[in-house]
Amino acid sequence: MSAIDTTGPAVSAGPAPAPDTKRRNRARAGQRREIALFVGPAVIVYVVFVLLPVLLAAYYSFFNWNGLGPLDRFIGLDNYVRLLTDPVFHTSVFNNFFIIVLSLLIQGPIAILVALLMNRRLRFRGLLRALIFVPYVLSEVTAGLAWQILLQSVPPTRWGPFDTMLQAIGIQDPPAWLADPNVVMWTMFGILTWKYLGLAIILMLAGLAGVPEELYEAASLDGAGWWKTQWYITVPLLGPTIRIWAFLSIIGSLQLFDMVWIVTGGGPLNASSTMAVYMVKYGLNVSQIGFGSAVAVVLFFISLFIALGYQRFALRRDLEGSLTGGERK
Amino acid sequence: MTVTTATPPVSRAPAPKRRAGRSRIDWSQPVVYVVALAVVAVAIGPVIYVFISGFRTNPDFFTDPAGLPNPWTVENYARVLGDSSFWNQVLASTVTALGTTIGVMLLGVMAAFVIARYEFRGRGLLYALFTTGLLFPLTISILPLTVLLRQMNLFGNWWGLIIPQVAFALPLTIIILTPFLRAIPVELEDAALVDGASRVGFFWRILLPLSMPGLMTVGVLAFVGSWNAYLLPLFVLQAGGAGIDNYTLPLGVQFYSTAYGQDTTGVLAYTALAMLPAILFFTLAERRIVGGLQGAVKG
Repeated sequence: MSAIDTTGPAVSAGPAPAPDTKRRNRARAGQRREIALFVGPAVIVYVVFVLLPVLLAAYYSFFNWNGLGPLDRFIGLDNYVRLLTDPVFHTSVFNNFFIIVLSLLIQGPIAILVALLMNRRLRFRGLLRALIFVPYVLSEVTAGLAWQILLQSVPPTRWGPFDTMLQAIGIQDPPAWLADPNVVMWTMFGILTWKYLGLAIILMLAGLAGVPEELYEAASLDGAGWWKTQWYITVPLLGPTIRIWAFLSIIGSLQLFDMVWIVTGGGPLNASSTMAVYMVKYGLNVSQIGFGSAVAVVLFFISLFIALGYQRFALRRDLEGSLTGGERK
Repeated sequence: MTVTTATPPVSRAPAPKRRAGRSRIDWSQPVVYVVALAVVAVAIGPVIYVFISGFRTNPDFFTDPAGLPNPWTVENYARVLGDSSFWNQVLASTVTALGTTIGVMLLGVMAAFVIARYEFRGRGLLYALFTTGLLFPLTISILPLTVLLRQMNLFGNWWGLIIPQVAFALPLTIIILTPFLRAIPVELEDAALVDGASRVGFFWRILLPLSMPGLMTVGVLAFVGSWNAYLLPLFVLQAGGAGIDNYTLPLGVQFYSTAYGQDTTGVLAYTALAMLPAILFFTLAERRIVGGLQGAVKG
């Protein structure tokens, strides 16, 4: 411990008056100045631009306000009533959960399987891994525009690039990927899987790197086959990674915006709207800042509720270890 | 927190030293390659399609949307590359991404330094304050944030992008950096203090260079995040009334696609060129990006 640092515990321990209080006080003041100097800028920027807007959202949500004029039309809970009774908002919430559930049920298992297969000595492993990861690195805008063109309906025959490719392999009558309200969310899920599967695989591979090799040797000595070894040894040990991936996936799905906004704009007929898309539509297009803020507050509470619940029941074990600096009991 | 765990076990050559279990691995090897290649094909297929179709003419495209260029033409790419708006947007993306990166690294490491290496009342609270930021993503606060930015005259200009992006990147940055700074041995600090360095001097001259790996990870993540950002530029620049020459690249591509929607192959060329910097940057910083994400999750 450094000379200054030793004053730390004494300070926080409180009462016991030290013999040379004066010097200690000066050191304490110096330290306080350093702390303020170093942490101050970050705290100011963070509080003003991250925390304050959340409070403002809660406040604005009680007003009918376009974001420009005086903030004087207090309407109580009207925004919330309007929001919670709007069928389009119901569709939006449903769509968020649709993506969550499909991601967990389909993306997760695929990612785990691919990672298990790739978790061995392979030639070009680094290259394969990098290529799988490419969609994640692209911006949602460029990726979304690419898919919009691939899946579009080209006028005379209505078959776009993707349809033509499917027809070449014998699928004659593919659905209208983006124009059919019953299909569009499945399409959206497909695009999101394309975009985020690479991340899931990379995370799973990282988790697998932490599984000690001796376990495999022991299992193979006991005569367990590859599948058995994976199912009984690897997958359980991958638990923490899977739970954290699932958490990130859920939170990401709740905030889903960019991809939908670029590819469909929430259409057709709001069939692919999400909570964030719904909020931006009101906030950006018609400047209903008060109403949009109410959407943000609802989105926040849904996310918070899910995040806390998830942490309580699924993540607790994993976090205990990391918060105590890896001293697992 | 193990940020560096990502360093891939680079396996060169068929590694002669594995006898046990070799036969088991060998028969399944082709299957693994087939699966891996299938995933790779799905992942990069659309990207390759965009790059190749950028070489087509529109009549050619509409005759056979999935075909190869016939004839090949560089006209689309040449037009985009000769468009000053495109280059201005590259500049805008670069400046805002660099500004965000520098801001995050600087403010993040300073705050993490205090949280990691000072003893004071409220330290835990400070750390908790920053980590709760993860609960308040940009999506939730975008509307009030734009109101705030307008009042501060940060609407419609690059500062309105950079400053909020720094703020929103701080939580993850501090979460990644704090354990990193804490791991630097106390003996080093004692030695520096004995040699007459102040605590601040120790920070600049010893701690900062030593924490470079962690800082680079944080910086690369912030850079990529800013480079790809859409929601904030959409509000701050587009709704804020900035001209298209001040748009960032994602905004510019999106604008081009709505304004010139009929020119499909032109849009494809613009999209391809907008993808290119991200892909190049990724090939340069792959380990940092992958490692950073893995490290962040592992923590």
